[in-house]
Amino acid sequence: MADTAVGATTEPEHGSDPSRRDFIHIAAVAAAAGGAATLVWPFIDQMNPSADTRALASTEFDLTKVAEGQQVTIKWRGKPLFVRNRTKAEIAKAVKDDHADMKDPATDASRVKPGKAQWLIVGGNCTHLGCVPTFGGGEYGGWFCPCHGSVYDTSGRIRKGPAPKNLVVPDYAFLSDTKVKIG
Amino acid sequence: MLRKLSVIAAVAGLLTVGASAPAFANGGALEPKDVHWSFEGPFGTFDQAQLQRGYKVYREVCSACHSMKLVAFRNLGDKGAPFYNPKYPNSNENPVVKAIAKDYQVADIDGETGDAIKRPATPADRFPSPFANEAAARAANGGALPPDMSLLAKAREGGPAHIYSIVVGYQAPPKGLKVGPGQNYNPYMAGDLSSYWSGDKEHVPPGGFIAMPQPLKAGQVTFDDGTKSTLEQEAKDVSAFLMWAAEPKLEERKQTGFAVLIYLILLSGLLYASYKTVWRNESH
Amino acid sequence: MSGHSTYQPKTGFERWLDARLPIVRLGYDSFVDYPTPRNLNYWWTFGGILSLCLASQLITGIILVMHYTPSAQGAFASVEHIMRDVNYGWLIRYMHANGASMFFIAVYIHMLRGLYYGSYKAPREVLWLLGCVIYLLMMATAFMGYVLPWGQMSFHGAVVITNLFGALPLVGESITTWLWGGFAVDNPTLNRFFSLHYLLPFMIAGVVILHIWALHVVGQNNPTGVDPKSKADTVPFTPYATVKDGFAMSVFLILFAFFVFYMPNALGHADNYIEANPLVTPSHIVPEWYFLPFYAILRAVPDKLMGVLAMFGAIACLFALPWLDTSKVRSMRYRPTAKIYFLFFVVVCCILGLCGAKLPDDPVIPHLTTFSVMGSDLNSFVWLSRFAALYYFAFFLVVLPVLGLVEKTLPVPDSIASPALSADAKKG
Repeated sequence: MADTAVGATTEPEHGSDPSRRDFIHIAAVAAAAGGAATLVWPFIDQMNPSADTRALASTEFDLTKVAEGQQVTIKWRGKPLFVRNRTKAEIAKAVKDDHADMKDPATDASRVKPGKAQWLIVGGNCTHLGCVPTFGGGEYGGWFCPCHGSVYDTSGRIRKGPAPKNLVVPDYAFLSDTKVKIG
Repeated sequence: MLRKLSVIAAVAGLLTVGASAPAFANGGALEPKDVHWSFEGPFGTFDQAQLQRGYKVYREVCSACHSMKLVAFRNLGDKGAPFYNPKYPNSNENPVVKAIAKDYQVADIDGETGDAIKRPATPADRFPSPFANEAAARAANGGALPPDMSLLAKAREGGPAHIYSIVVGYQAPPKGLKVGPGQNYNPYMAGDLSSYWSGDKEHVPPGGFIAMPQPLKAGQVTFDDGTKSTLEQEAKDVSAFLMWAAEPKLEERKQTGFAVLIYLILLSGLLYASYKTVWRNESH
Repeated sequence: MSGHSTYQPKTGFERWLDARLPIVRLGYDSFVDYPTPRNLNYWWTFGGILSLCLASQLITGIILVMHYTPSAQGAFASVEHIMRDVNYGWLIRYMHANGASMFFIAVYIHMLRGLYYGSYKAPREVLWLLGCVIYLLMMATAFMGYVLPWGQMSFHGAVVITNLFGALPLVGESITTWLWGGFAVDNPTLNRFFSLHYLLPFMIAGVVILHIWALHVVGQNNPTGVDPKSKADTVPFTPYATVKDGFAMSVFLILFAFFVFYMPNALGHADNYIEANPLVTPSHIVPEWYFLPFYAILRAVPDKLMGVLAMFGAIACLFALPWLDTSKVRSMRYRPTAKIYFLFFVVVCCILGLCGAKLPDDPVIPHLTTFSVMGSDLNSFVWLSRFAALYYFAFFLVVLPVLGLVEKTLPVPDSIASPALSADAKKG
């Protein structure tokens, strides 16, 4: 008796188009998948910097604190930033090397603001794997990274070692002669 | 059969819930006044002009005693906020917000000397509190602590309507009610007055005592947009502003919700069609 | 898992994997070819819905932990940081907070369905017991999760619940001190609750796997309570049950979304938006709605220890249920008397929930004073909860054991397919 009931299920259905039925299933699955994919975005985006972190992303710095030949390391976006008040000799050395053979060629002038050649502001992380280089090491008078021996010159350009790029110059602007806004 | 039973059960459940609503004894606070808010309902949005007026009331009156420490100045320029300007999607650059922040002094540490200093606030700072700590706040307010206002509209049953009702609801205490020093009678305040009531025990007046004297009066704040500053207007505007402060993502939430519900209804329709198609040949 | 596997690996890789780890075979046998009674109604879709709830709570919870600070100083502010500053933080937190309520709505329907259709009876006792363990773990998880925002209700809820253990004779005080890690609910309590709140959901997931395993050993119950006898009684799980479950989940998500987007705080308490203050207790302290019936039973008993025992006893009844019900007939569809008692049981649970939300001495019927018994007026919620609690226990301890022996049941069909057949015959 039960078998006859099941038998009914295998009978061809009249008046309904199998392709239309398939379309409904495909549409339902596609809609569900689309919804799930959209829901994933908030779950990913929440790991991006939050509004309060973004709000602190720019900082102002008073340059009068840095004497000539000195360097101050400030924390910006959680990372070190070197603010260096370069001596005339350091600048001259950097400019002289402008056309030397370099991995990441750049002129010294392109790494400072016009007329403010004494102020070099660069990111304090080695472009190799992120260690913090120390000033005054290596044979180019600039920075030396203790981790894997990258050597930067007085303009923060990579001259030797495994690092691929020059020390990064962040976006910044002079608000006055003695004040910069970074970021 | 279970269907019928479940309907009966659901009705019974609703009845018990319904019966609970009007069951409040004498004493207790009055129900908050029924106020119409622009942010009610599934499509509700904040009225920006109202939020700006409400901010002015907060700035000129409430902020003298009440902190709002979870709100940052930049929040005032966010989407749906009092000073949102589509020209400045990054609220930190909104000139109105910058100007508001600059008016406040916030505590900081001098990077060079290590001294505690005050500096003008930036949009990234949060609203500084009027008192250094809870003890100072209590000492200045006769022992009562003015609650922080960042979440006030969500931290009270009735929300903004409750705040509105409290602010406009002050009245002279009924005869026979003993009001202590530093206390004020308000029929919308939660509390139980029976032990202060010398009148008929069956008719204890509604409401309770509040330490804050009536904070607003008509004409206290001059609105920049020319709106007449009646007490009701001021109270309503500041309540709306506090609702924004407590739930700044309200507009985004409701708008997202509408899209999500439309999607889910369509998806349910498709799945139902799919379900019917799958089962059409099966007796069940 | 019952019966032999019909899985046929198609590609070379599938054959290679099947010989080493037959995981595709397991999935196929459990969720594709698995024979499902053809007469399952919508009440049976809540198992799937519950899996969805668990997954949603796990995902949103893991995300919230990325931004939450488990400390008495930082917890409240970090939750507000999530609400205000974290990208989509408000959405994720509201999903998690309301998800807990959705989880309990679904689990209560799932449990009442099991109760009505006799899904706890042999051979499904272990299946039912595992379900009870999941429910217990859910309650512990929900309670500890509610403490984490460190609002007024969080804090004083934790105070009240941990003090329950103080009712135990001799060891009570030592146990509460041990639970607190101090002399009051404080930072150590918050930290251990946070740790356990993160751990327990994974234990739930583990027991859920056992629950599904047990289900697949004994097979699903169905509205008739009659075991499937032939292939005519069943349909393959996929697509028949999957599409129905999918549709039900989608409808359930509409309810979920409605709460998340339009009334996200309706199921919570306003007081929890005030930071915890050990010096002031909120004027009206109540647990979350899903604990209210048990809270009412706790307060119905005047003695502290007996009240705590009654509350745990109410849960213990669920564990003992398979051995309390003596009826030979599984489904209450064929037990007209039991059906009425069941319906009344559902109403009583709602009444207990209502009593839990009310002040014990408030009158049920306003402005009516009757006479006072044991210090409370008879027209009060404490007395209503006493009568309701009495019925709650009587249902498990008297009605189900006795009724099974004396009731007159309706004829039970021979097979699942036969009532369906007769319905078809009528139509034809």
